[in-house]
Amino acid sequence: MKILSSEITPYKTYLNRRKFIKGSLASALLATVSSSAFANHDNNSSIYNKYLNENDKLNSYEEITTYNNFYEFGTHKKHPHLNSGNFKPRPWTIKIDGLVKKPQTFDLEKILSNVTIEDRVYRLRCVEAWSMVIPWQGFQLSELIKMAEPLSSAKYVQFVTVFRPEEMPGQQKRTIIWPYREGLRMDEAMNPLTILATGLYGHEMPNQNGAPIRLVVPWKYGFKSIKSIVEIRFLDTQPETSWETLAPWEYGFYANVNPNVNHPRWSQGTERRIGEFKRRETLMFNGYEKEVAHLYKDLDLTKFY
Amino acid sequence: MFSTRNFNRSKPVLFILILFPSLLWAYQFVTGNLGVNPIEKLMDELGLMALRLIIITLMITTLSNIKPLKSIVVLRRMIGLFAFYYVCLHFSTYIVLDHFLDMKFIIQDIIKRPFITFGFISFLFLIPLASTSTNKMIKRLGFKLWKKIHYLIYPVAILASMHFYVLVRADKTEPVIYMGIIILLLLHRIFKRLTRPQLAQ
Repeated sequence: MKILSSEITPYKTYLNRRKFIKGSLASALLATVSSSAFANHDNNSSIYNKYLNENDKLNSYEEITTYNNFYEFGTHKKHPHLNSGNFKPRPWTIKIDGLVKKPQTFDLEKILSNVTIEDRVYRLRCVEAWSMVIPWQGFQLSELIKMAEPLSSAKYVQFVTVFRPEEMPGQQKRTIIWPYREGLRMDEAMNPLTILATGLYGHEMPNQNGAPIRLVVPWKYGFKSIKSIVEIRFLDTQPETSWETLAPWEYGFYANVNPNVNHPRWSQGTERRIGEFKRRETLMFNGYEKEVAHLYKDLDLTKFY
Repeated sequence: MFSTRNFNRSKPVLFILILFPSLLWAYQFVTGNLGVNPIEKLMDELGLMALRLIIITLMITTLSNIKPLKSIVVLRRMIGLFAFYYVCLHFSTYIVLDHFLDMKFIIQDIIKRPFITFGFISFLFLIPLASTSTNKMIKRLGFKLWKKIHYLIYPVAILASMHFYVLVRADKTEPVIYMGIIILLLLHRIFKRLTRPQLAQ
């Protein structure tokens, strides 16, 4: 039998991982199986308070669902909210291929019956220097990776968004090369912070936020968190990603939130938290330094931005 | 045939029409009706309005070549000054609301980010235009020198459209349309100059 890459974890990393799952993460973010997963968001937003620190406040459901970058529905922030009404997020399948034991197509319902849906309240930092705090529901990407059984030769994971120009009017124009593609290194994908989200504020994922299933990688700029995923490929080389292909001098593969590495068009030192008047300082790895800094200790972050 | 009087009469109405959006956005901003990211929205609307007005001043000169619209040129100064008004509001939104007078950050931003550099130079070039807009100034400078100064509107328009072009991340259709219009208007001027009958003959 082939050994799964996800099972090969250097012992030190393994220890670190155990340590921080036990520590900050478990208390702060993890592990409440959301029994109130589909409760009314208006009445129950206080249920997320226990995940927040004193510096963060939840953004409202309205803010999160009317101000989006999802070019499949148009390039303005309002477009995804206005143009996503005809999108049909069910039925839904995800194709698993590349370096796996057996390429297969999973029904979304089958995936969901095999995972634990949890609340995850994360900061989201867009490369355009604005940010939000969002209460997601989802499960760790690592759970799906285990189901997919990648080979030990798989070093990267690539994600592909659905291509349906008839339901996604933005795709009728060649704004970017469709379908949208993103990627992670295997250790980034296996990190416990990385989730596949299927809901927010206890609602099924709204179309404009990436229904029915999207990636959330909270320490990277928002464009890494690819929406409406239909395919996951396991590769041994670093995959091409959409924004990097379009403008490699502006967007890198890693795209870690980093106040010290500026984007040519925006300083990344500060950000505007949606709903706040004054800008705030951007935190290294979007404030998840403790959980992820070890992934990049041998990487020159000014070069691999 | 529209007379100078016709156009002069339309001025008060035009004045209110062009002023109105700024008042509306200010009101919407104060009452929290400018959407989820109001500072960004305010800045975008003001900047786009300024660019459109700059293009309209160039168009007016071109339109005045058509005989019946010859007198339209009397509207140009007012619209040009309104362009400056919107650029000033756009710039102060950036300085005051967006960056809270953090001058160190703003200076870095202007130097380091090409799109802000373009916008800033465009703003600087508009200042001599606006400050020499009175009849008195035309007299004092002499028409020839005054006209030379006002050729600055061309780099202003080009830089302003580049400012917008670089800002857009993908789907550059809108800024390309504005750039296209500016280029056509400039080409028309060059063409006119090349085909002008020689006075000496």
